[in-house]
Amino acid sequence: MRFGFFLHEALRALTRNAIPSFAAMATVLVTVLVLGVFIPVVQATTGAANEVRSKVIADVYLKPRTTEAEMQRVKRKIERTEHVGRVEFISKAQAYKEERKRNPEAYDLLGSNPLPDTFRITPDKPDNITAVRNALAPVGPSGERSAVDPAIDEVRNREEDTNKILSVTRVVKLSMGLLAGLLIVASVLLIANTIRLSLYSRRRDVEVMKLVGATDWFIRWPFVIEGVVVGALGGVLAVLMLGVVKVAVVDPLAADFALVAAPETMNFALLIAVLLGASVGVSALGSGLSLRRFLRV
Amino acid sequence: MAATERHVRRGESRPRRLTRAEQLTARASAAALAARAPVPGAIIDFRSVTKLYQGGDVGVEGVTFAVQPGEFVFIVGASGSGKSTTMRLLIKEAEPTSGAISVAGRDLSTIPRRRVPYYRRNIGVVFQDYKLLPDRTVHDNVAYALQVTGSSRREIREKVPDILRLTGLATKLHNLPDQLSGGEQQRVSVARAFVNHPPLLLADEPTGNLDPETSIGIMQLLYRINKTGTTVVVATHDKAMVDRMRRRVIELAEGHVVRDEQVGRYSTTETTGEFAARLRVETPGVAVEGPDADPTPRRLAHPPEEEVE
Repeated sequence: MRFGFFLHEALRALTRNAIPSFAAMATVLVTVLVLGVFIPVVQATTGAANEVRSKVIADVYLKPRTTEAEMQRVKRKIERTEHVGRVEFISKAQAYKEERKRNPEAYDLLGSNPLPDTFRITPDKPDNITAVRNALAPVGPSGERSAVDPAIDEVRNREEDTNKILSVTRVVKLSMGLLAGLLIVASVLLIANTIRLSLYSRRRDVEVMKLVGATDWFIRWPFVIEGVVVGALGGVLAVLMLGVVKVAVVDPLAADFALVAAPETMNFALLIAVLLGASVGVSALGSGLSLRRFLRV
Repeated sequence: MAATERHVRRGESRPRRLTRAEQLTARASAAALAARAPVPGAIIDFRSVTKLYQGGDVGVEGVTFAVQPGEFVFIVGASGSGKSTTMRLLIKEAEPTSGAISVAGRDLSTIPRRRVPYYRRNIGVVFQDYKLLPDRTVHDNVAYALQVTGSSRREIREKVPDILRLTGLATKLHNLPDQLSGGEQQRVSVARAFVNHPPLLLADEPTGNLDPETSIGIMQLLYRINKTGTTVVVATHDKAMVDRMRRRVIELAEGHVVRDEQVGRYSTTETTGEFAARLRVETPGVAVEGPDADPTPRRLAHPPEEEVE
């Protein structure tokens, strides 16, 4: 009975105040739409950035004619070094095969195999690459690097590429995060304000309700339900539009191109759930809280 | 010297106003100390009540009066005399600065904010501007007062048509407030105030926007409600009407009670019909025949036959 009454009151208010309700719904719709586009974009960019970052590696080249014992010693030394995530041994022959595949003519011309045995190190975090390199080949007093083991010829991490990648991805991540934060704050404010406006036109009603002895929650529930309906309606419409765009535009594109090295993005179903939950929650909370001002009679 | 001149030029200067407020507060607390004991059995008991608004404006000051259950009381006075403040204090829309107010033996200051809605359900209120919900029909406006208390649908189906018949609105059930005349809107407001059968009904200038004939109808309605045992308190500035009603009058002027007396000898056995008839006789410019009488003079409405020929 009670819930039925509140629902009835909410629907009555929605139909009587069609224009403000529509404005609130449109606000939710636009906000969800923008967020729905923005969240995957942010994820794709940070995903792409992470993909690039995972290519940050250091190669430890061994001297030619290194014995098996020396090799084991170097391997142990590397594994004991801090911040080393994964160590992969690439033998002379393997390296040759890989490189030949990439560039057959050049290696055919060469005839012999000039590549050294290599330990390929992936650091635990991309930012620690310099630390790893410094540990394995500290910079001496003369400014030249000298390896910690006589069997190591050189430690390289393609420095320029690495630094560029690291700083670019950092900036991308930071700016995307900042933008997303601003966007969320702006949308919450926008929705709250629209709801406030539509409530403001009904503050006299609230006053009358209080005079006949309605409790705060008796007045508030219909408004909260109204907020839920508005939020759900706006959210569902926006998600439908997003779905259409995904099926019609993004999916064919993704099939053709394998979008940006196919970075991991959020599951579409999860995204929908988050967006719907947020739109309903924000508008219900918004109307419930905005009412507080008018309830103080 | 220069400072004094500036004060004079500004007229109401802030420092002087504050001093006035302080004086009043001091006087009010002195009055509160001298307050009389509560009147036993009273439905309304004001004891040295003072209400100061921000900035030092006086709402009421040192007001003391008691109303017994079943009384019909007028509170009269010019605008700004404290009538509306008294009403607002009674429905706990405002808190007194000092003094004590009891309604039905309960000190209002002991009612927590959370319980105020439940307190208000025991009081019917009628306002000059009706305060109806504009997007609800007559029926729904009255039903809302019942829905608030959690009444069942069956109760609403029984009570609302009943009260609308009592107030003469049975045919306007599905009209919206803006389709009604002022008098009819005020009847809806009275119906809403009385549908819960509260022991106390407050009316703040209920006839302020209405013509004399319609006013009599509303007063008659309030009198009928009073006859069921409900205490009725009406605030009004219409002294002539009050004198004709011959009920108890509490007169306020600038926040003080200046008169509290029974006007004339009135019999509590007077029927509502007699009551209304008496009012009409004594109200200038109102047809004696009653509200249903044709306002057009008889001679014009039905010209004598010989004149036609």
